[in-house]
Amino acid sequence: MSYTVRKFDAVIVGAGGAGLRAAIQLSEAGLKTAVLSKVFPTRSHTVAAQGGVAASLGNSEEDHWHWHMYDTVKGSDWLGDQDAIEFMCRKANEVVVELEHYGMPFDRLDNGKIYQRPFGGHMSNFGEKPVRRSCAAADRTGHAMLHAMYQRNVKANTQFFVEWQALDLIRDEEGDVQGVTAMDMETGDVVAFHARATLFATGGAGRIFHSSTNAFINTGDGLGMAARAGIPLEDMEFWQFHPTGVAGAGVLITEGVRGEGGILRNSAGERFMERYAPNAKDLASRDVVSRAMVTEINEGRGCGHNKDYVLLDITHLDPGTIMKRLPGIREIGLQFAGVDCIKEPLPVVPTCHYQMGGIPTNYHGQVVVHDQVINGFYAAGECACASVHGANRLGTNSLLDLLVFGKSAGETAVADLQQGRAHKPLHTASIDKTLARLDRLNTQKGGANVHEARLAMQRTMQKHAGVFRFDNLLKEGVAEILKVSEDVARTEIKDKSQVFNTARVEALELDNLIEVATATMISAEARKESRGAHVRDDAHDTAETPNGRDDKNWLKHTLWYREGNRLEYKPVQMKPLSVETIELKKRAY
Amino acid sequence: MNAAAESAIDPRLGRLRWHCRRALLELDLVFQRFWDKVGDDLDIETADALERLLALEDHDLWYLVSGREETDDPQLQPLLYRLRQL
Repeated sequence: MSYTVRKFDAVIVGAGGAGLRAAIQLSEAGLKTAVLSKVFPTRSHTVAAQGGVAASLGNSEEDHWHWHMYDTVKGSDWLGDQDAIEFMCRKANEVVVELEHYGMPFDRLDNGKIYQRPFGGHMSNFGEKPVRRSCAAADRTGHAMLHAMYQRNVKANTQFFVEWQALDLIRDEEGDVQGVTAMDMETGDVVAFHARATLFATGGAGRIFHSSTNAFINTGDGLGMAARAGIPLEDMEFWQFHPTGVAGAGVLITEGVRGEGGILRNSAGERFMERYAPNAKDLASRDVVSRAMVTEINEGRGCGHNKDYVLLDITHLDPGTIMKRLPGIREIGLQFAGVDCIKEPLPVVPTCHYQMGGIPTNYHGQVVVHDQVINGFYAAGECACASVHGANRLGTNSLLDLLVFGKSAGETAVADLQQGRAHKPLHTASIDKTLARLDRLNTQKGGANVHEARLAMQRTMQKHAGVFRFDNLLKEGVAEILKVSEDVARTEIKDKSQVFNTARVEALELDNLIEVATATMISAEARKESRGAHVRDDAHDTAETPNGRDDKNWLKHTLWYREGNRLEYKPVQMKPLSVETIELKKRAY
Repeated sequence: MNAAAESAIDPRLGRLRWHCRRALLELDLVFQRFWDKVGDDLDIETADALERLLALEDHDLWYLVSGREETDDPQLQPLLYRLRQL
């Protein structure tokens, strides 16, 4: 198999929010920039983000970046790096105003300023009371954001390579990154994008779980490529679960349904949240509701033939209210559960929603391993771990993350290139490895079926590393996922055609997913505490370990290396840039 | 006419399949069911209608596919009806 070489100053993989924001920085600096994307940029998963973007603009009431920082550190259960969190919260106003200047149609107040709405976990005055901090464009914030940034990139002459599948990093023997190999889906041709800067903005890998709110494109391609190139993945045990995904489909049922009076019930029809959260009941925080649901299912009070879901009941609400206040919910119920929610309750399960971990970076967007910057390699957005979300992300901080760190990674790359970093001689041995991987897939006989291997991975992750974790299940899960990874290493595709061969693309995506799944399972098994979204049943709430969080032993980031499935740890950065450390305390709302 | 048997449309099938990868899970699931049902047996009229639907923005497409909005476009109506029944 052959390949051609194309030279750019910078190559960005992924054209969602982070990739587009970074590309603006590079292209407007006059650098020749290529952006590779599996789908048309405005069809990236950022489109699905509805909640808004957090910024302490203070347009409706007093607000301050320091309060936002406090909320984010607390939300992260103190695993977030406080330098990166301060950086993000301080930069928020700047990136939101820039976006407005790019043409983003934010909702507005009568006085013309950006309208802001409250969102869970965002408080004023260091946790005192809710504050209006989220800036949105109706229920299409992510979509509007992508359009504004795509247009800006077109103006700046960013060169888009749409429907290209990135394959592997090109990394030389000194550890420097020289670009990426990629396949044109339309022709099957392989190209080595030889670049002075390579920036990953490939999004999350929520498809490792059987029940996921993520679109099918979220296959962790950047993480897989980084892992294969010897770069560790950070804090992969931390995945945010949303309590109410439609059972069997994953489609998100918004929290607004419970806000309007929806009730969760078990197989006996009991409103079980009254036992777990007597005050907040069905409106308790996401993690509390998710754990209660899993406990009901695990103790045999789930519904349906397999007793593997609970019910979200809104049949007591006025149908007019449902249609007016909860538009779209009825259609989702009919389409994905075969249930008319006006007459029958909806089957729901906690569903994977967001990946907190990723490729380790500093707040400049540079990929960093052992305190050393990897020359030529940057990452931003959900695929990166700066780490601002720590063990649990706060709503509306994901869009902020991709704007701030997309820009920051782009700025850093521009500065590095302007200092004169040259193209190094292309490391062809690295490309040969990729060609061998493709050749293996194209010639495999008697191998594993891609669909079956992916399903086995997803079921293993859901059962063994779901929302509520158990020591024995995690241990079994490690053995199971390693077994699945053996199948993934020998997948076979029947269709060998070159033009839009979706079977080949799916096999290549599975190569990436399995790296993320393995990293998650091994990291989760090793972390013997509960923190944020990683909740173990054997980590108890004591004075020394609040909510099962063991700061003495586990206030540290996990680093998983593909080679030998080795784990290392690194300290959490507790020192912010300019303010005092936000000291450890029990996370309670 | 069977699209798979018609060499002129053959490469088009792969492209259409890929264009069904969307930003929203809701659409991914509906189109997955669609392809599970039709396989490669897609007539040209349906392929044409599908191509036009797939050019829409994701939210607009979902509103049509879910039945939250209607279209008076006669070329799209039969396909939308099929997608809603899946």
